Amino acid sequence: MIGFDPVYRNLVSSMSIAVKFFASLREQVGKSEERLDAGPAATVAEIWQLATGGQPLAANTLMAVNMEYVDAGHPVQDGDEVAFFPPVTGG
Amino acid sequence: MHIEIRQQPFDPFDEVRDYQRNTLNEAGKYGATALFIGTMRDFNEGDDVRAMTLEHYPGMTEKHLEKICGEAQKRWDIIDSLIIHRVGDMYPDDPIVVVAVWSAHRAAAFEASRYLMEELKSRAPFWKKEQLSEGSRWVEHNS
Repeated sequence: MIGFDPVYRNLVSSMSIAVKFFASLREQVGKSEERLDAGPAATVAEIWQLATGGQPLAANTLMAVNMEYVDAGHPVQDGDEVAFFPPVTGG
Repeated sequence: MHIEIRQQPFDPFDEVRDYQRNTLNEAGKYGATALFIGTMRDFNEGDDVRAMTLEHYPGMTEKHLEKICGEAQKRWDIIDSLIIHRVGDMYPDDPIVVVAVWSAHRAAAFEASRYLMEELKSRAPFWKKEQLSEGSRWVEHNS
């Protein structure tokens, strides 16, 4: 019964998140991308923990959600693309 | 404005000339063109560098370059801007990036082109990996 409640279902259902790693972080983590299921109300930092099996998150790591820079505490939503990468060195 | 990520080597002077002739279409309106070209060195942090691989974040890199061109357009009275940036495998003396800005007067072109390069270097998602005589390393600091 309660499973038909759209609000409740939204609270308990998991989210599908695309995770990407670039440059030295890709080599460190050993993968360039994956899709994972996260619990509701996950943050970018929690996605890192899930995706890397609890590796420490270096203080200078840059993070993006849907290709916009965010902080580690930024919430993620179902379908988001979350990316982790080191300081940029273009130009 | 026009931004582009290029997989193959390019000649920045040809690119700017062709853009000015064929796309800009503002002859008589601009009195100033500021041009910055970044070229690969054969040395870094005291070591000989033989080759380099440039990686980017497809989608986010383009989005970010478009954003900074839009910001430059708002902050300065410029007519147009062009950014082309290489990715992939490259060698010393290969052009890495060209930034060109056209404006009626020189101050806006100088200032906007400086702004575009500094923003690109500090925020656009590109990463360099250098091949040295022995082994390779990721560049960690953008000087």
